[in-house]
Amino acid sequence: MWKGVVKADGVEVPVKLFSAVEDRTVHFRLLSKQHHVPIKQRMVEPASGEEVPREHLHKGVELERGLFVKLEPAELESVQPKESRDIEVLHFLPRGALGLQWFDRPYYLGPDGADTRYFALAEALRRKGRIGLVRWVMRNTDYVGALSEHQGYLVLITLHHADEVIAAASLTAPSGKPLDARELTMAEQLVGALAAEPELEAEHDEYRERVRALVEAKAHGRKVKVVSPRKKPEQPSIAKALEASLAHLKKAANA
Amino acid sequence: MPERRRHARRNGPEREPPPQSPAKSEARARGLWTGTIGFGLVSIPVELFPANRPRRLSLRMLGDDGTPLGRRYYDPESGKNLGKDDLVRGFEVSKDEFVVVKDEELESLAPEKSRDIELSRFVDVRRIDPLYFERAYFLLPWGTSDKAYRLLVATMERTKRAGIATFVMREKQYRIAVLAEHGILRAETLRYADELRTPEQIGLPARREPASRDVQHMEAVIERHGRAGVDARELRDEQAERLLALARHKAERGQDVVRAEEPGARDEDNVIDLMSVLKRSLESRQAEPGNAERTPTRRAGESKHRSTRGPSTRKAGRRPPARGRKHAHARSG
Repeated sequence: MWKGVVKADGVEVPVKLFSAVEDRTVHFRLLSKQHHVPIKQRMVEPASGEEVPREHLHKGVELERGLFVKLEPAELESVQPKESRDIEVLHFLPRGALGLQWFDRPYYLGPDGADTRYFALAEALRRKGRIGLVRWVMRNTDYVGALSEHQGYLVLITLHHADEVIAAASLTAPSGKPLDARELTMAEQLVGALAAEPELEAEHDEYRERVRALVEAKAHGRKVKVVSPRKKPEQPSIAKALEASLAHLKKAANA
Repeated sequence: MPERRRHARRNGPEREPPPQSPAKSEARARGLWTGTIGFGLVSIPVELFPANRPRRLSLRMLGDDGTPLGRRYYDPESGKNLGKDDLVRGFEVSKDEFVVVKDEELESLAPEKSRDIELSRFVDVRRIDPLYFERAYFLLPWGTSDKAYRLLVATMERTKRAGIATFVMREKQYRIAVLAEHGILRAETLRYADELRTPEQIGLPARREPASRDVQHMEAVIERHGRAGVDARELRDEQAERLLALARHKAERGQDVVRAEEPGARDEDNVIDLMSVLKRSLESRQAEPGNAERTPTRRAGESKHRSTRGPSTRKAGRRPPARGRKHAHARSG
């Protein structure tokens, strides 16, 4: 377990870090078709296809297309950040100041002694509606993160670095003839009719449950039925489709 | 994301097919998935691309002379190299014992409707807990007409709502929030509740009411260091910058540098920049005669997800950005 200290303006809050995410994926392995054993991989000389033994492998980067620079282990080590336990708060931003695209992976922070300060910071963040922009080093890697309050506890979400995020604003959105006013109105009505609370807790990954059931059935030697998808019907114009959608919803509401 | 095969456990690294032949890697870059967004009875053909790119800090494997090396999958029993047709998917039922699961079996688990992005409800996205957000993708218009796409964008921007949907892609179900931003649709995948731990499950101590004096002190700190927004410079990847500076310095002195042009040895990630793929995908549409009267119809063939085996999925597209690498380090233990 990683331990650190949140530091802001002389205040220190010692914390422990816990992943907030639980892996539930049904994992498969790639097997060789012939022997049904997990495959392995090896590095080869591209021209000859000859295997390159471990002791002749080096790391490096592609500086520009086709230009490779080899880096020695000592050199790679030299660019690693300095080890530290500090989770340094750069400043406090309003919640929502960071677009969702920045968020990467959430962690819970638990108090590591000094419970009072821990819960006071969580409460202060909640009252102020703010998140802390923080930096820290963990396992030889630099991280930036958002420190926030969640159900009375501190949560740290790692953020992507600037060069990883492509902003929609940097792309050219599709454009064309002005949209039909009547269609826009109907589309808004349709959104209004389907407006709801997120209620994300209620939904399950049904597909994952079926995959789980499938592998269990196969593990017990049961036969599995294979169904192929049907074709879909043709579709009318946008306006007609919107009208039909609204009519359908109205009927459902009256029923 | 050359490192993904080692680290990206969550993404099922072993499901990645082995490298394609050089000729195939020159094919047109396409999205991870093409299908339709269902908005009521209106269908909107879209192509899905990652919205984040891998970390710049991706290391390559090189030989003694600096030549980039290729990666081959092989059968440890026969020692033979394997192509994509020589592989099957297995589930480990007990140590070293596998049941083989065929693609068709997995595909038949997804009902047809789950192959499309059916917007089932529209929500205020601010009401979604940030812990749910996993990964971002762009949904770009696909097919002959943009009209329905633009209609949905305009409607979502006006109502400030996001559409919630689930769909199946590459043998996995994704729950997403579809948002409109700057005239473009973006899908944010949302974790399922059972993929998120609770403070109780982790074993955090029961919440204690802090003394109001302590809270006020913290509030004062927050106020003193308040800022309205984030400065992009603060989100720089300084580690990658140091690494690149070091590599540039060596290159200038001609130390440990190799020029190599073997597409077969490349990792697809480096071949095409995601940004240029997105731009090209959007620009190519400007030339086409858009705004047809009829919306493109939903045909079964269109919304099939491209299987993990297709060479087209492995270019720009590919699997979501460099999470594996980072997470392998970031995962708490």
